[in-house]
Amino acid sequence: MNPFTPSAPTPFASAPGPTVRAVHDEFHGDLLEVSMGPQHPSTHGVFRMVATLDGEQLVKLKPVFGYLHRNHEKIAENTTYLGSMPYTDRLDYLCSMSTNWAYALAVERLAGQAVPERAQYLRIIMAELTRLVNHSCLVGFLFNDLGTSFTPLLYAFREREKIIDLFESLSGSRMMCNYQRFGGCRVDPTPEWLAAAQQLVDNFPRFLDEYERMLTGNEIMLARTQGVGRLDATHAINAGITGPVLRASGVDYDLRKVDAYGFYAQFDFRVPLGAHGDTYDRYMMRILEMRESVKILQQAFKRLPAGPIMDPKAKLRGFRPKAGEAYGRLEGPKGELGFFLISDGSPNPYRYRVRPPSLINLTLLEEMCLGHTIADAVVILGSIDIVLGEVDR
Amino acid sequence: MLGSGIINGLIVTAKNFAGSYHDPERMVTVEYPEQKTVLPENYRNFPFLITENATDPMGTLRCVACQICEKECPPQCIIIEKSKDKKPDATGKLQLYPAIFGIDTSVCMSCQICVEVCPFDAIKMDKVFEIATTDRFQDLFLDRERLAKPNSYYHEIHPVEAAEVDGRLLAERKAAEEKAKVAAAAKAAAAAAKPVVTPPPATP
Repeated sequence: MNPFTPSAPTPFASAPGPTVRAVHDEFHGDLLEVSMGPQHPSTHGVFRMVATLDGEQLVKLKPVFGYLHRNHEKIAENTTYLGSMPYTDRLDYLCSMSTNWAYALAVERLAGQAVPERAQYLRIIMAELTRLVNHSCLVGFLFNDLGTSFTPLLYAFREREKIIDLFESLSGSRMMCNYQRFGGCRVDPTPEWLAAAQQLVDNFPRFLDEYERMLTGNEIMLARTQGVGRLDATHAINAGITGPVLRASGVDYDLRKVDAYGFYAQFDFRVPLGAHGDTYDRYMMRILEMRESVKILQQAFKRLPAGPIMDPKAKLRGFRPKAGEAYGRLEGPKGELGFFLISDGSPNPYRYRVRPPSLINLTLLEEMCLGHTIADAVVILGSIDIVLGEVDR
Repeated sequence: MLGSGIINGLIVTAKNFAGSYHDPERMVTVEYPEQKTVLPENYRNFPFLITENATDPMGTLRCVACQICEKECPPQCIIIEKSKDKKPDATGKLQLYPAIFGIDTSVCMSCQICVEVCPFDAIKMDKVFEIATTDRFQDLFLDRERLAKPNSYYHEIHPVEAAEVDGRLLAERKAAEEKAKVAAAAKAAAAAAKPVVTPPPATP
């Protein structure tokens, strides 16, 4: 090709203006396809982005996933209802307590199983502690993607360590808690455990203040995140985006308020909303939600009633709900996490389907990234908050 | 002022750096394997089988080979084969015992469902975690002999839970004995009250 006659004009030509160009610039006007992942540190797991670049700008981005597919739904259709509970831990391995609860909620709806009051409060405590874990780690990972090599992440991990130590001393496992059961919870926390948890929650705002002092006003962060990866409310609603990503776009939709599952209706907390829907709003949304979670936890510790943690009618073995279908959903840290079950009266579900927030929030990745540089795509992906175990199932 | 945010952040990191030398709240790492943290009582890792008597582990397994755990295990890592004969258990009742009991720890996901469904309190969760080996097939497949651990060991690793289980088993045994006594007394009383009547011969 003659280097001096440009190739066929493409709609994605570089911006006009004076540019320094090499003499043998054969690639001018051509697009470059870059495959990021599946083994790339910024993709949060085995996730691949096929990015088409014009210079440094993204003109097309194709997310490729499925590398971690492990047949979760089919396995669940072939095991008992109880047997799927430990598998739900592995969906979102950062927040196994809430995935447990979502599954238990669906099965309880299917079987018409009641849950005692103390267990409901314990579930709320666990879910909100999980939210603290997830959001603080997410902020750490987001800053990792921004290029602050590890300091914010390790500060977040220090706090996370305390919370998962609590989970370990209660349920026996740090991440794969397997704590909820149909009709209650598995272990009753001791007063010492509750005191330790209370102390942790009391100290958490101090950590948040320190974290915010370190991060929120940082000029580099503001320059890299404000106005980057905008998502408008219409788009977000049409694509079914939920969770903090949706609320960052200014849509007031929180299942804790809308559905008021569990005992959330009795709790006093506010739902933070963003105005611009950019990466910075998504970051602030996590920080503000953590502050609200601390409020919920304080109320829950104050009101935690005594009593049984398991419904006496609940069955562990030979659990066969009657034929029917049920959908249980809750506001997970990442968005609406739902389980859809169809029972035909046998010990296994006839159909088992997960509605993973990570996967559905990921669908608009291209819309958010177009027109930004490839370095911004990494940040935008970090701000969506995905866990590949849940995306691929 | 431009840059004040960055400077504020650097002050925080500097504080943490200095604190990591003297402030216990910021000294969070542990130098494993020289130092070890204490595992919480509820910690669970892989299952083991409880034996009543440490001197005769195979003869006094609590497991009666009912195969419930084998059926309920989500990743299907337990294999049990029932015995052909019966042996007396701790209460003296004749029971089956597992001729083969194996757990593939490379498949086990430590979910504790086998412990929860066991009606005989025969299988419990262990706390050992330094179990790396170079042979992934033989060494990770735990057979009956390697799974069996005495009840005293269970008391050592889960003291509160073990005390509760032992109390419950004792109460159950007492209740069973009482019931048997009452039943025997009732039988004797019935036998004494009613003279033995020969049944009338069947009419042809």
